[in-house]
Amino acid sequence: MGVEGIGAKVLRKEDRRFITGMGRYTDDMSVPGMKYAAFVRSPHAHAKITSIDASAARDMPGVIDFLDGQQLKADGIGNIICGWQVNSKDGSPMKMGAYPALADGVVRYVGQPIGIVVADTRNQARDAADAVMIEYEELPVVVKGPDALKDGAPQLHPEAENNLCFDWEIGDEGATAKAFENPAKVIRLDILNNRLSPNPIEPRAALGHYNPAEDHYTCYTTSQNPHVARLVMSAFYNVAPEHKLRVIAPDVGGGFGAKIYIYPEEIVCLWASRRTLVPVKWTSDRTEAFLTDAHGRDHVSKVEMALDENHRITGLRVETIANLGAYMSLFSSATPTYLYATLLSGQYNIPAIYANVKAVYTNTAPVDAYRGAGRPEATYLIERTMETAARELGISPAEFRRINFIRSFPHQTPVIMNYDTGDFEACMEAGMRMADVAGFEERRTEAKSRGKLRGLGMSCYIEACGIAPSKAVGSLGAGVGLWESAEIRVNPVGTIEVLTGSHSHGQGHETTFAQVVSQRFGVPVENVQIVHGDTDKVQFGMGTYGSRSGAVGCSAIVKALDKVEAKAKKIGAHLLEADEGDIVIENGEVKVAGTDKKLAWHEVCLGAYTGHNLPDGMEPGLKEGAFYDPQNFTFPAGCYICEVEVDPDTGVTKIVQFIAADDFGNVINPMIVEGQVHGGLAQGIGQALLEGVNYDESGQLVTASYMDYAMPRAWDLPMFKVETLVTPCTTNPLGLKGCGEAGAIGAPPAVINAITDAIGNNDLTMPATPEKVWNAINAVA
Amino acid sequence: MYETTYRRPTSIDEAVKLLRESDGEGKLMSGGMTLIPTMKARLAMPSALIDLRHIEDLKGISFENGRLRIGGGTTHAETKASETVRQNAPTFSYLAGLIGDPAVRHMGTVGGAVANHDPAADYPAALLAMGATIHTNTREIAADDFFTGMFETALEENEIVTAVSFEPPQAAGWEKFRNPASRYAMAGVFVAKRADGTVGVGVTGAGNNGVFRWTAAEEALSSSFDASALDGLSISPDDMMGDMHGSAGYRANLVKVVTKRAVNAAKG
Repeated sequence: MGVEGIGAKVLRKEDRRFITGMGRYTDDMSVPGMKYAAFVRSPHAHAKITSIDASAARDMPGVIDFLDGQQLKADGIGNIICGWQVNSKDGSPMKMGAYPALADGVVRYVGQPIGIVVADTRNQARDAADAVMIEYEELPVVVKGPDALKDGAPQLHPEAENNLCFDWEIGDEGATAKAFENPAKVIRLDILNNRLSPNPIEPRAALGHYNPAEDHYTCYTTSQNPHVARLVMSAFYNVAPEHKLRVIAPDVGGGFGAKIYIYPEEIVCLWASRRTLVPVKWTSDRTEAFLTDAHGRDHVSKVEMALDENHRITGLRVETIANLGAYMSLFSSATPTYLYATLLSGQYNIPAIYANVKAVYTNTAPVDAYRGAGRPEATYLIERTMETAARELGISPAEFRRINFIRSFPHQTPVIMNYDTGDFEACMEAGMRMADVAGFEERRTEAKSRGKLRGLGMSCYIEACGIAPSKAVGSLGAGVGLWESAEIRVNPVGTIEVLTGSHSHGQGHETTFAQVVSQRFGVPVENVQIVHGDTDKVQFGMGTYGSRSGAVGCSAIVKALDKVEAKAKKIGAHLLEADEGDIVIENGEVKVAGTDKKLAWHEVCLGAYTGHNLPDGMEPGLKEGAFYDPQNFTFPAGCYICEVEVDPDTGVTKIVQFIAADDFGNVINPMIVEGQVHGGLAQGIGQALLEGVNYDESGQLVTASYMDYAMPRAWDLPMFKVETLVTPCTTNPLGLKGCGEAGAIGAPPAVINAITDAIGNNDLTMPATPEKVWNAINAVA
Repeated sequence: MYETTYRRPTSIDEAVKLLRESDGEGKLMSGGMTLIPTMKARLAMPSALIDLRHIEDLKGISFENGRLRIGGGTTHAETKASETVRQNAPTFSYLAGLIGDPAVRHMGTVGGAVANHDPAADYPAALLAMGATIHTNTREIAADDFFTGMFETALEENEIVTAVSFEPPQAAGWEKFRNPASRYAMAGVFVAKRADGTVGVGVTGAGNNGVFRWTAAEEALSSSFDASALDGLSISPDDMMGDMHGSAGYRANLVKVVTKRAVNAAKG
């Protein structure tokens, strides 16, 4: 490894601009004549709109126009789509409720956009939005998933009887039932996975700019996948033809999944710009973010695990009700199905699994993928069940896992996934060593002498990154392919631009991708520029989510580098009068192996562009592109061990130690990987202890500000101890697995297992607030 | 935020005059740590913002005739850092250092917090427990008479808190159990063993009508200044606030637990 190549802890190139306040985000963008938008939103969770009177608003100072759903419909702007077709077990397609970008007569969640005001200033737009008079006829409301399925529940969509979007299954129901016919023991558990708000530090924003001279549209927006946004806005929403629409996602301050989707606001800003002939900018405030950013999780599940007399798992049966919110968001169907139930085998050899998922509509904000997307729900369910089973069997959780670990690879689970590689016991052993599990009982006794309840909890997670391959996901209902593209442009002076379809919104691509290039040619990372986030610069890309930038995006870069290297070697061989097979490129030099004949890298690059002395028939230039479609998912896995002390007087949980032993395959930049783990753990611990979206019975969002939505802060977290182990992924060129979501996936069950161990009561839901823990302690006291 | 007119008086008289001229639509602002976020959320639309931060008469900390006096315009950070406060009332200094975060402590003021009487504000608990006096531009009000209910005080129109003063207690303890989201007190208890030997217990964040004195605890602690004196006591959930962060019953438990810890802290 070179000092800046793969495996080096290179400081992040992008941090200079971020930490000096020079990042350029969508709200920093400004174009001449730009005006400001404010959205008129529903104050009700469920209501018919009987009239809209904007006459007073239109007369207010600075107001350019007010537009509503009638005009949107008249202009042929299409409804919001869901990009993944899921069928119910009876074969019928999911029942999608129509979701116009501006409400069409009915509103179904608080915050749903009804109209847009465009005005000279932000304040004028908001004042006018407040002055739009709307009369509503309120309708009954349902907010909880299970309640939506009950007889007599309020009905949201005419398309979806009983609020049921789909009733989906996976696995072999018969074989699983058989495992429960004569088991030595059955473990049963009710599992709630709490609804979360994504909370990127930068709220969503959009700047729509229609240029009548060229009949061309530009949209600056906070997107994790600008090309997908362009495709969807042109092909499905009829906002603009694809070749007439440029989407730019500049610096983006965190996404966590919430910025994958194409929301009503960016569609409406672009459309409003064409209607008003002024550029229209909207920036979400924090309240709007809580109300309208797609939420995550919100599952209610029942799990049953069958065991034989040797403590081997023989079957797993799961029933889940997934709350979709009021409408289907872009990947809302895939998240509680193919990204969730396909991971229910965990790290264990389970011969029979059956899962049934009912996805339901409620009068709440749409729910979709949020850091981990389905895998945290699966991991929480399986790892709480594992710990519960060990306790009921009276053996150590580690021993119970050892008995059931998958030990040979590739391993085909009963729920689609084929794990290519891993060493689960090695991760667990590393975690137990780091956590000094052997010394725990002594620490528990010491804590007791101070009046504290100390507990230890473990989570052995596995997840799936780089969702793939395109052919397979297509057969399962995906509307898009899940490949990635890259282009390597070597300049005549030898500097290199990498155009990638991946999008960085905190991941550090400008550094890690440059390290991969540096490794290949020995050029310094400062001579490599990563270009992303602009559909006019990068040909196409699927964007960044599901920890795919390394496993998929970087693999496309490697493929393009292969082509560049091959051509550079041909040119080098020609110039050095050597055999192509003898050429090596390293340390910025093109050499003939075993001789002192060599050229500087930039001499070869210049040669490619002067074209003065190229092999016969070779085209000038040194620029190559590649599309990479993965053969399989990658499967990061690891062991997290959490140790807590609970104050029995108040129910306060203090995390006194948190250990992460992760197998991410090969690692490009260990410092960035460690940072990703820390961030993921913070979010996972946040879910376990603090965070929870709370709607009241009337569908009003109680947690609409940081006064009530509890985000994790530094003092809620211990100093993390983090190690990585390596079993390289076998299906991509660099052996990468992905690390972006692991912490959020693996942490919650470790925390809850530790608390329930401490207090001796397994009946506890997330977030484990002090009051809940205090009640749980008193319930068994 | 709605548009407003910003005014910067340099004397208390000028501030009162500007407030009068605003016809009841103006608002006094000290640190603005509550008012500004409320305005940003468009929940308040004062016609005028009358900024008290540039009035010299509201500043300053002094110790005279056995009483510590802190000007209404003194920030939490200044209160925390003051050598005079630290020497005479170290627990009050400690309390000031735990309010909000550094940004809040450098903007928010004693007078603003007292006049606003947020039901989870920290100072009111200390002022009640110590039997403090609230000074205004027109009179002096005993803390017991000042805090009349949630976000309500004895302040009349055009009356401005100019200072608080109190006789330093022999011993005091402050414990705050924080709301996990806002980090305001869910139960904050200031226990003060006053100069006369009686004990004051001020509780914030928990009561359903703002800050209050837990008199039963005061009596028990006055006869025996030890946490064990509280063992047989309980506080009724009927008088407690309940919300998504903690039921009234949970808060009632917290008040007792936190009071015990404050007593232990006072005994050092």
